[in-house]
Amino acid sequence: MLDDFMWRAALAGLGVGLAAAPLGCFVVWRRMAYFGDATAHAAILGVALALLWNISIFVGVIGIALLMAFCVSTLSGKGYAMDTLLGVMAHSALAIGLVAVSFVSGVRIDLHAYLFGDILAVGKSDLAIIWSGAVLVIGLMLWRWQALLTATLNEELAHASHINPRREQLVLTVALAIVVAVALKVVGALLIAALLIIPAATARPFSRTPEQMALLAALVAMAATTGGLGAAYTFDTPTGPTIVSLAAAFFVISTLASQGWQRLARR
Amino acid sequence: MFSRPSATGDALLTTEQLTVRFGQQPVLDNINLVLRPGRILTLIGPNGSGKSTLVKTLIGAIKPSAGRIIRSPDLSVGYVPQRLHLDPTFPMTVRRFINLPKRHASHEIGEALEQAGAEHLLNAAMNHLSGGQLQRVLLARALLSRPSLLLLDEATQGLDHRGVAEFYQRIEQIRQRSQCAVLMVSHDLHVVMRTADHVICLNGHICCEGQPERVASSPQYQALFGDQTASTLAFYRHQHTSHHDEETLRHAG
Repeated sequence: MLDDFMWRAALAGLGVGLAAAPLGCFVVWRRMAYFGDATAHAAILGVALALLWNISIFVGVIGIALLMAFCVSTLSGKGYAMDTLLGVMAHSALAIGLVAVSFVSGVRIDLHAYLFGDILAVGKSDLAIIWSGAVLVIGLMLWRWQALLTATLNEELAHASHINPRREQLVLTVALAIVVAVALKVVGALLIAALLIIPAATARPFSRTPEQMALLAALVAMAATTGGLGAAYTFDTPTGPTIVSLAAAFFVISTLASQGWQRLARR
Repeated sequence: MFSRPSATGDALLTTEQLTVRFGQQPVLDNINLVLRPGRILTLIGPNGSGKSTLVKTLIGAIKPSAGRIIRSPDLSVGYVPQRLHLDPTFPMTVRRFINLPKRHASHEIGEALEQAGAEHLLNAAMNHLSGGQLQRVLLARALLSRPSLLLLDEATQGLDHRGVAEFYQRIEQIRQRSQCAVLMVSHDLHVVMRTADHVICLNGHICCEGQPERVASSPQYQALFGDQTASTLAFYRHQHTSHHDEETLRHAG
């Protein structure tokens, strides 16, 4: 089964969707969308450095994503508004990464694949990395779930319950770096943030609790990755953008359906 | 058995020369206070006097720059924040909220909601609650940790007079039933005068403290709350009038 590239691609999509969706809920609840963008864009720089130093791309990307996240955390609250700071970081990371890639001589790398993903080229070792990352992220979220929710609600409430909000922020930062590294191959650096945010936003109108939203978002993300993969194969379109387009279509349907439902309920 | 030494013997929480600076800016200077079981301590003071900073320091959200906080092993804090901003993208029911960060048995939840007057709100969505309902839910959540100290940071902000009176009545009942210590930050001078055992008037430092009426008549307090003082005292004495005619006569004389 794993010898078929379509099966590998589908399994990769399921793994990434499963890991990205619950984390994406936190990105939405804590208004970290730009933070996700900055971390994801930095991945290109990670790719360049990994090729330059001849290390695993996965390691390079996780390293740079973590570094980026720590820079943002440290710089925040030092005089810049957060959205300005993240705007600067997100786009600079991408630009510097692209410049750095051009310095990598010898191998002509397929930049396109890192920017927009290349899910059809997922190999067995990629699949192992993606699923290990996904299991790690889901384990991390399950382990810290109650504390993460409390810290997201209100920092003082967390402190009063002996939960350190900075530690929970660190958990999310690490999870985000892992998701960026495993999703790079599937949707590419430019569209990772979309895979975090769109499923969560799609799930919101139909959820009454955080758990419902996380589960629903995971279902939406997995439907988008596998459905998008199928569509890209059928219509011969680029995979990453097709996956995100399908997720966007789910979002539109969800928004219209919930508004229609509310209008009906009001009558 | 030895009797335990000094005045801090039964204290749940004691601060010694607690000082907090934000950068170079001193916010709290040399704060000494003691919280004891069954006693209500009220913090009053103008805006920016450091009341909320003091509460946040006591729950560990702000590190003191100097001095120390001594916590009894029996201390468990139930904290009711000033307000709770819930992002509209964050779905949360009351039931789910009060089970954070620890899950509780449903009979305990029922009991806490009843004590807080929020039993009918169990399945409501948090962002559909009114200000008063939210306060009661926050109180119920604080009660679920079986606190030996209840910390209320301007918990009645945005409530009307009746709401405020009901809220403090509830706190009084809880205090009597569980013998917990209560520290509340308040703007409602009327209520402070009626419910507190001990009042601390804060303005960066403790400018005066003691029993409510002594604080209210101190010159430092009157300098801070000038115009409000007269009416508050009048109200306070008015409350006494109905019960203690002789005392009123003494005041009048």
